Amino acid sequence: MADLHKLTIYELSEKLAAGACTSVDIVNDVLASIDATDGKVGAYLTIDRASALEQAKVADALRAEGSTLPMLGIPVAIKDLLNVKGQPCTCSSKILEGYTAPYDATVIAKLREAGTVLLGRVNMDEFAMGSSTENAALGKTSNPWNLKHVPGGSSGGSAACVAADEAIAALGSDTGGSIRQPAAFCGCVGVKPTYGRVSRYGLTAFASSLDQIGPISKTVKDSALLLEVLCGHDKMDSSSIDMDVPAFGKSLTADTSLAGIKLGLPKEYFVEGMDPEVEKTVRDAVDHCKSLGAEIVDVSLPHSKYAIAVYYIIATAEASANLARFDGIRYGLRVDGKDPIELYGKTRAVGFGSEVKRRIILGTYVLSSGYYDAYYLKAQKVRTLIRNDFTAAFKQCDAILAPVTPTPAYKLGEKTDDPLKMYLDDILTTPVNLAGNCALSLPCGFSSSGLPIGLQIIGDSFAEETILKIGHAYEQTTEWHTRKPEIS
Amino acid sequence: MQYEATIGLETHVMQKTNTKMFCACKYEYGAEPNTHVCPVCLGYPGALPVMNEKAIELCCKAGLLLGCEINPYSKWDRKNYFYPDMAKNYQITQADQPLCLGGQLTVDVDGEMKTFTIERIHQEENAAKNTHVAGASLVDYNRAGTALMEIVSNPCMHSAEDALAYMTAVKQIMQYGGISNCDQEKGQMRSDVNVSVRPVGQKELGAKVEIKNMNSFAFIKEAIEYEIDRQTALLESGGTVDQETRGYDPDRGETFTQRTKENAHDYRYFPEPDLMPVKIPAEQIEQWRSELPELPAQRRVRYVQELGLPEYDAGVLTADMATSDWFEQAMRHTKNAKAVSNFIMGEMMRLLSEQNCSISESNVTPEKLAGIVALIDAKTISTGAGKQVFEIIFNDGGDPKAIVEERGMAQVSDDSALEGWADEAIANNPKPVEEYKAGNPASINFLMGQVMKASRGKANPGAVMQMLKQKLDR
Ligand SMILES: [Zn+2]
Repeated sequence: MADLHKLTIYELSEKLAAGACTSVDIVNDVLASIDATDGKVGAYLTIDRASALEQAKVADALRAEGSTLPMLGIPVAIKDLLNVKGQPCTCSSKILEGYTAPYDATVIAKLREAGTVLLGRVNMDEFAMGSSTENAALGKTSNPWNLKHVPGGSSGGSAACVAADEAIAALGSDTGGSIRQPAAFCGCVGVKPTYGRVSRYGLTAFASSLDQIGPISKTVKDSALLLEVLCGHDKMDSSSIDMDVPAFGKSLTADTSLAGIKLGLPKEYFVEGMDPEVEKTVRDAVDHCKSLGAEIVDVSLPHSKYAIAVYYIIATAEASANLARFDGIRYGLRVDGKDPIELYGKTRAVGFGSEVKRRIILGTYVLSSGYYDAYYLKAQKVRTLIRNDFTAAFKQCDAILAPVTPTPAYKLGEKTDDPLKMYLDDILTTPVNLAGNCALSLPCGFSSSGLPIGLQIIGDSFAEETILKIGHAYEQTTEWHTRKPEIS
Repeated sequence: MQYEATIGLETHVMQKTNTKMFCACKYEYGAEPNTHVCPVCLGYPGALPVMNEKAIELCCKAGLLLGCEINPYSKWDRKNYFYPDMAKNYQITQADQPLCLGGQLTVDVDGEMKTFTIERIHQEENAAKNTHVAGASLVDYNRAGTALMEIVSNPCMHSAEDALAYMTAVKQIMQYGGISNCDQEKGQMRSDVNVSVRPVGQKELGAKVEIKNMNSFAFIKEAIEYEIDRQTALLESGGTVDQETRGYDPDRGETFTQRTKENAHDYRYFPEPDLMPVKIPAEQIEQWRSELPELPAQRRVRYVQELGLPEYDAGVLTADMATSDWFEQAMRHTKNAKAVSNFIMGEMMRLLSEQNCSISESNVTPEKLAGIVALIDAKTISTGAGKQVFEIIFNDGGDPKAIVEERGMAQVSDDSALEGWADEAIANNPKPVEEYKAGNPASINFLMGQVMKASRGKANPGAVMQMLKQKLDR
């Protein structure tokens, strides 16, 4: 092994361009790494070895012909809720057993156009409902930094495989923190783009007004490049925004000065019950940014405290309709019944896990006649207030710094009996999804027990360039991102 | 006690769009099942709807034709229910902000002009087609997701006749507007009918009974009449009417309970997050208004006022759009509207119904009919000969002039030829001649017939009459 799997997209691209290695070499290294560690990490659900090597050969041939596609020959892992033509797409659910996707999601088509090698499909919480990847019907994933701990979720497989060097980068999706939180737990970089930046076509929907696909990578610059590939208007997604995609990758330079940049610090984000190590590490990161020339200002996001309640009403309401299509009629699992209604009931009883059922029931309830105004409509109004909080805050600053999670990764099984406790962990990430703006998570230190801690940089809508620039400056002047877990 | 019925209609009309409402699939009636489908209309994971702009245009134009206001801001909602005819198990529709609001329609109900009001028109997607066979249910998703709009009337009708007149007018307008073919046999126009009965003078409406999903006007009429009788009988006997959904069984001529109020669906409407609200600028609405076609009522007025046709003719010609369009095309080649009208209402309709085909399939084109009319007007042929030419072309095709020439059908106005036949008729029929001279003018008709017979129909009747009178009155 030439340890190519340990490198970043940019490092590998340089080697590929210089002829120092081939894409086949990289894929072989990554596959060997998967063989060595994934038995313990459990990130992958399916690995398409033959196809990955075939794609790598094609990439090498293209390079020989002079192609300079942005991600030519770079192997990437895919969260199991994105449709890839001819592959399963289980969303970690039994109900999609036997389903083969008949089409490529728009982001998959974009990855192919950029020359990427699709490695395989990684684990997640069932239908992206969860924060620990423990609500998964088809496999168990551990945190590479400590196998007894959760990798976070719902994009736990995506973060774990990148942290374990079992992929160079991965795609995740973020509905209430599902990219940022596992990235923080696993010491990776993750970006939740502005709603509408990345097409959702082909992303199995959890909550349509909140879902966004984004990158999980080893460095900010890699995320910037991957984000650039993923973004862009798509006529197949009516919520996708028709605007130019900035050259996110190229915009990041060696300049690490943050002079002239105002960073907001929201008092509401240093919540009661927050792990003191997390708070101290994040405050140190804030000080570091100050030392790079940034001005730190206090901002307030007063409605953040309602975000969890609002999130669990809107997300579950949308999910209750989005998941209605899994009925055993056209694809996936079917348990027969004497009539369609009985067939639906039996199929869904067997096919869905308990967290998915809980959320479908909750979502159905809040939309029910007589309850709609009190729950769904009220939640939509508060959502507007949360959005207004951010609008006001971004009049005072260019970006907001905050923790990603109140604690580092907790132990497997620690919160599975108490869903509410697990929901409350989303307090620092859900407001961004509700407001629709963008945010980035990157490593900013480690707990005394050696678990990664993440820093969240929140940007205004379509201000990805700003948060990437801040993250890149921070990363260039710190070494947290260079640490690798000992997987044992 | 006297009772009165109140009726409202929810009429579903499938629009004439090239593709479905939210995907690029085509719709083709009678196609092999499940051949016009894609991830979107099959409700596959990750598929997203994209609005069909043409459907929005057609829905708004329908609204303008029915006198509605176009809502400058409308939005989409999900209507949740589990059934195999809806792949996603929710239907994308418009709940509280439809495309068109208000509207009215004035129609002739048995000679009385009545105005019926429309509450709203909203856009939605069609359901798939379920077929039940022994031991199984089959679903054809070809129809799933096709563009469907729902025209909701106010509860403003009071009899089956009202409802029928309203639906007939709606159908006519949709066809004229190019909105829909409204082919009921193909399910392109279906109605849910709400019927309630109350004592005359009572302010509140009675309990509403909805009869679902009927496509035949005849069945709708029967169902309404049955339902009014049923509810009235119930009330008269001191009973109460239950609010419920019923179906109509045409074989038994009865309605039957499908779903009671207690079991009514809770559709849990909420805004569709996958689609943006529809914003229609005022200029767009004006543009569409300027593109609206002339409606049957407007055409009828024009036919009477500008073309001088009797009301009756104008009504018959405009009853269906294909006929009216055909008439208009013929009028581009002639000025004699009454002659064209007579041919359409007479020969054309008779032959079409005998041979069970449509006017667009006729061998007699508008131009050819104009040619026949021109030959009659020029007195080259008689009206009778014209009818023969029409039938010949209808059956075998051909050109009017050529047929007249080939078959020697041109009428004779030449005095010398007419004189011979006239003299012969007078010489051979002394009795009618005497009667005529004795003061019975009708007797001349017999002589006229003799001349026509001798000429084998080719004599110009006007010229013959003139000549006979000249000779007899001398
Ligand atoms: Zn389709």
